[in-house]
Amino acid sequence: MNHLTLGNRRGISLWLGALAIVFGMLFSATPSLAASPSPSPSANNEQLLIKGTIKNEGTPVEGVSVQITGNGVNAKATSGADGKWVLEVATKGVYKVEILLDTLPEGVGLRDPETTVRDANLTATNTAAVLFPLGKDTRVVQPIGDQIMVRVFSGLNLGLLLAVAAIGISLIFGTTGLNNFAHGDMLTFGALFTYLFYVVFDWPLLVAATATIALSALFGWSQDAALWRPLRKRRLGLNQMMIVSIGFSIVVRYILLLFFGGETKVISGDFEAVVIGPINTTVNSLGSMAISVVTLAAVALFLTRTRIGKATRAVSDNASLAASTGIDVERIIRIVWVVAGGLTGLAGILYGLQFQANWMTGFQILLLLFAAVTLGGLGTALGATVGALIIGMVVEVSSLIIPTDLKYAASLIILILVLLVRPQGVLGKKQRIG
Amino acid sequence: MDWLNIGSLALGELFSPFTATFILCALGLSVHFGYTGLLNFGQAAFAAVGAYGMAISVLTFGLPLGVGILMGLLASAIFAVILGIPTLRLRADYLAIVTIAASEVFRYFMTTIGFAKVTGGSNGLSQFGDDFWAANPFPEGTYGFGPFIYRADELWIRVVAFALIALGAVFVWLLMRSPWGRVLKGIREDEDAVRSLGKNVFAYKLQALIIGGALAALGGMVFVINLSNVQPQSWGTTFTFMIWTVLLLGGAATILGPIVGGMVFFVLLSVTQGIMSGLVDIGALPFLTLPQVGQIRFLLIGLALMLLVIFRPQGIFGNKKELQFNG
Repeated sequence: MNHLTLGNRRGISLWLGALAIVFGMLFSATPSLAASPSPSPSANNEQLLIKGTIKNEGTPVEGVSVQITGNGVNAKATSGADGKWVLEVATKGVYKVEILLDTLPEGVGLRDPETTVRDANLTATNTAAVLFPLGKDTRVVQPIGDQIMVRVFSGLNLGLLLAVAAIGISLIFGTTGLNNFAHGDMLTFGALFTYLFYVVFDWPLLVAATATIALSALFGWSQDAALWRPLRKRRLGLNQMMIVSIGFSIVVRYILLLFFGGETKVISGDFEAVVIGPINTTVNSLGSMAISVVTLAAVALFLTRTRIGKATRAVSDNASLAASTGIDVERIIRIVWVVAGGLTGLAGILYGLQFQANWMTGFQILLLLFAAVTLGGLGTALGATVGALIIGMVVEVSSLIIPTDLKYAASLIILILVLLVRPQGVLGKKQRIG
Repeated sequence: MDWLNIGSLALGELFSPFTATFILCALGLSVHFGYTGLLNFGQAAFAAVGAYGMAISVLTFGLPLGVGILMGLLASAIFAVILGIPTLRLRADYLAIVTIAASEVFRYFMTTIGFAKVTGGSNGLSQFGDDFWAANPFPEGTYGFGPFIYRADELWIRVVAFALIALGAVFVWLLMRSPWGRVLKGIREDEDAVRSLGKNVFAYKLQALIIGGALAALGGMVFVINLSNVQPQSWGTTFTFMIWTVLLLGGAATILGPIVGGMVFFVLLSVTQGIMSGLVDIGALPFLTLPQVGQIRFLLIGLALMLLVIFRPQGIFGNKKELQFNG
């Protein structure tokens, strides 16, 4: 393992070159996206702004106030006639922005009534946009049964979305043994490129989504070809690879930040609202759930019915045995990376269309994904789906009992507790924990 | 470009309290990862627990700072036990995921409005370090030469921080040449072999987790006393992976590695930052703005971490034979 042959060296400089080219292409392809608000030459570069626009179904709303706290600041900003509010602060850091509900006009409420406080992250960027999408006022006290139904519905929604992304992690772990920390950033990649194609380029949604999925699949393939395959050839240890994936995730995240800027992007258009019993939802949430279910079913069929799918499971079980029966293991791994990239890109699209996305989104979701695959049993695709549904439910239903800002913590605590009792996960085989 | 300024800023990083924080944390991580083979991805949480333990003891319970520091160390030990019991029996990559999850959970708890009375929420806490500054034995004035000119307060925190590093380094060095340390290295090399000799591997791992965590807690205290506030968002995963980069740069399983690694890392970071800002100023990098240069700093950290692990996992001082990634 310590002996570098000439061929290896060449291989590595080749892929480093390839990596440089990819980054270079990114640089030259999207110069206009260097989204920091092009500072006029005279303006001080260090001006720090928190801003946002209050809009109700497309029309700006005047006179809505937000309270901004953090880092010694406690100030109020009110939206003007164009719906815009802005506050200048002196120090970098994370601020809390709370929308003051009693300043909203009659009959108007938050589209996501749970979230009256949002973070404005000014640690790495100079402007942070905080948006509170408005819609019909849903602030009515619901009976507890209805509340539970609402939470279960959101839990199912989140769980299905997580499942689509988690299957990618699980397939990669199963076939290569790698815990890929850059997986969350693949989701961010999908969400932000949807923003680029759908919002900035104004392509039709279907075209934008197809382009994003294709690009995400390409991203998966090129990651494998340029980075992971050469490292496998070098026989780099799995835990070393895991640390490499952390480095890679940091690199990807900050490249995305450089090109898309730090603002939170609202990707969803104004989708129609749908009311089912006590549940207020939108067409895009229902569509997202339907797409997730279809995708998960397709993956299940692919894994159990097709030759390549069966080969994938064979490689997961025992790679050398699979190789000796004539399966081209490297080809299977390549396919897995393409599929995982595409699926995670799709999850990014679905996430972006329903919630907001910024350059950190994927990394925040990554731990939920790890919790999902660990809960379900590392390396089993079905386990990942079950785990993701459980985690989605825990995140949403737990907020009935505990404060909303702790709902992610709840799912991570569940992860730790499950490891205590049943380390192999719900559906995992005992041998996998070593 | 102002080379003199870039050079003196970079040299200033050599003995900054910030560098000292990461050296202490990396020294702790060296005990975890380098000597015992534990993949701890939550080192930031150990530092945070120490810092919050100290700050809350002083502010909420009105204890003197000295007692607060002991409470911070105790808190980090308790955190290590809580974290270690479910995970130390598991495979290394499980430990990695659980430690990173636990460190994020701790951060959520420090941020939530529910506990803001004690933790300060996302505003954090301040005004806990007065005893430390009051104990400054150096009279007012400036000390030092060249790029190393400090006011009395700045000198005081640096002296204390680097004295802690020296003590910590000697402590770890003595530990690792003791029979106890040899058992740790044995666990790193072959856990089953050590178990078959009748050693309680779990207990040794837990002790290593506590000792490394205590060093990180001291690092966290230096960090917050210097800044004179403690905020939850400082202790994100970036903090942890900067510690990893420092450790792997210097060399895991070495005493000098974390120290030299930390100094080299922050000096290099400052130099690249300075050169890039200079290039942006003269318009040589038209596609970048100054704030983006600050973002590239983190991009470089990620790249450094990748390249180090691939090409020189043993770092500057390390011995490749002593490097056990698959513990």
